[in-house]
Amino acid sequence: MKPAPFEYRAPASVEEALALLGPERTVLAGGQSLVPLLNLRLARPEVVVDLGGIAQLDYIRADAGPLRIGAMTRQAVLERSELVRRRWPLLRKAVRFVGHFQIRSRGTVGGSVAHADPAAELPVALTALGARFHLRSSAGVRVLGASEFFIGPLQTAREPDELLAEIEVPEQPEGAGSGFAEHAHTHGDFATAGAAAVVAPGRDAGIALLGAGPVPERAAAAERALAGGAEPREVAALAARDLEDEHRRALCAELARRAIEEALA
Amino acid sequence: MRITVEINGRAYDGDVEPRTLLSDFIRHGAGLTGTKVGCEQGVCGACTVQLDGEPVRSCLTLAVQANGRALRTVEGLADGSLHPLQRAFHEAHALQCGFCTPGFLVSMDAFLREHPEAGEGELREALAGNLCRCTGYLGIVEAVEKAAREMREGR
Repeated sequence: MKPAPFEYRAPASVEEALALLGPERTVLAGGQSLVPLLNLRLARPEVVVDLGGIAQLDYIRADAGPLRIGAMTRQAVLERSELVRRRWPLLRKAVRFVGHFQIRSRGTVGGSVAHADPAAELPVALTALGARFHLRSSAGVRVLGASEFFIGPLQTAREPDELLAEIEVPEQPEGAGSGFAEHAHTHGDFATAGAAAVVAPGRDAGIALLGAGPVPERAAAAERALAGGAEPREVAALAARDLEDEHRRALCAELARRAIEEALA
Repeated sequence: MRITVEINGRAYDGDVEPRTLLSDFIRHGAGLTGTKVGCEQGVCGACTVQLDGEPVRSCLTLAVQANGRALRTVEGLADGSLHPLQRAFHEAHALQCGFCTPGFLVSMDAFLREHPEAGEGELREALAGNLCRCTGYLGIVEAVEKAAREMREGR
């Protein structure tokens, strides 16, 4: 199918974009989730605000301290980033599972985060890493953690007049390991389940599951157990224990075990 | 909206609605029907083209987003003689009906440029972004391996 008609706006700066945002207006980042929805007419916005021309939202940097990813950074750019590979390898591991390479060349980090699909890899990896999400509006900036930002499937705390401008990922301790595992029918399909883990020396950990609930969440009990010296299998079972469906529980536990063992290796 | 898109080295102008998909502009606006339209939701890969050198789904891109940019479609692959991928697809019987073939060729040309040394596992993973309903993929894997070898050797 083809999209229903809409008005198209292509602001050249964040300030211009903010002036265009509002109800019945949709933000177009990379379009890899939005355009299918437009084509299927599941989304029928009056106005589409295309961020593609805003160069100031396209950056990856980390001077001293956290990694800062501009919302319009293409997933392929994140995947190729030497800085990310070296210091935040979990993001590189996770992004390689996002769609196919033809999707990642258009898809953006901010788009994936703002779309908040519970089967998406980047929100889960960012949750495990303790990322913070910068929402800009003409009134200023709000910075939210994952537990405040993701509020339901395809739902975030972003208000219609706000723009997700930056994703900030805290610096990882020296010697931290990471792991990402997922199950999908074929590579590149939407994942049925997955897990992301980062483990610092001393076993201070971030663990988050994919496909285990409406939003990506830290598995706090499992993280505590790992810090207390529990075995990966035991920790993984704890992370998945609240899942009612037996198959999903077993799948998530196994994937969490793989992610944790990879992080500890 | 008035747009100009360079396709395979030639400029094409057109009046498009904002909702016009790039795939439809290529086929109907520019008259280049090598690019196929299958699922229109980014899954099948038949519409894949290169936008400023990067492989993209033209059905998940609006024509207006390509304004002022350069595209390469399957028509732009052969340069006097067939592209190594085209030759290998021919030789390894990597197509039957041929509908999916342009997407495979355009995708793998971009992939092999970035990953010339990719092994069979990586190639199979890369091929996952294009669907073929005729061949069962074995001929396609064989063809891409063969083309990769030839491209490495500069033939």
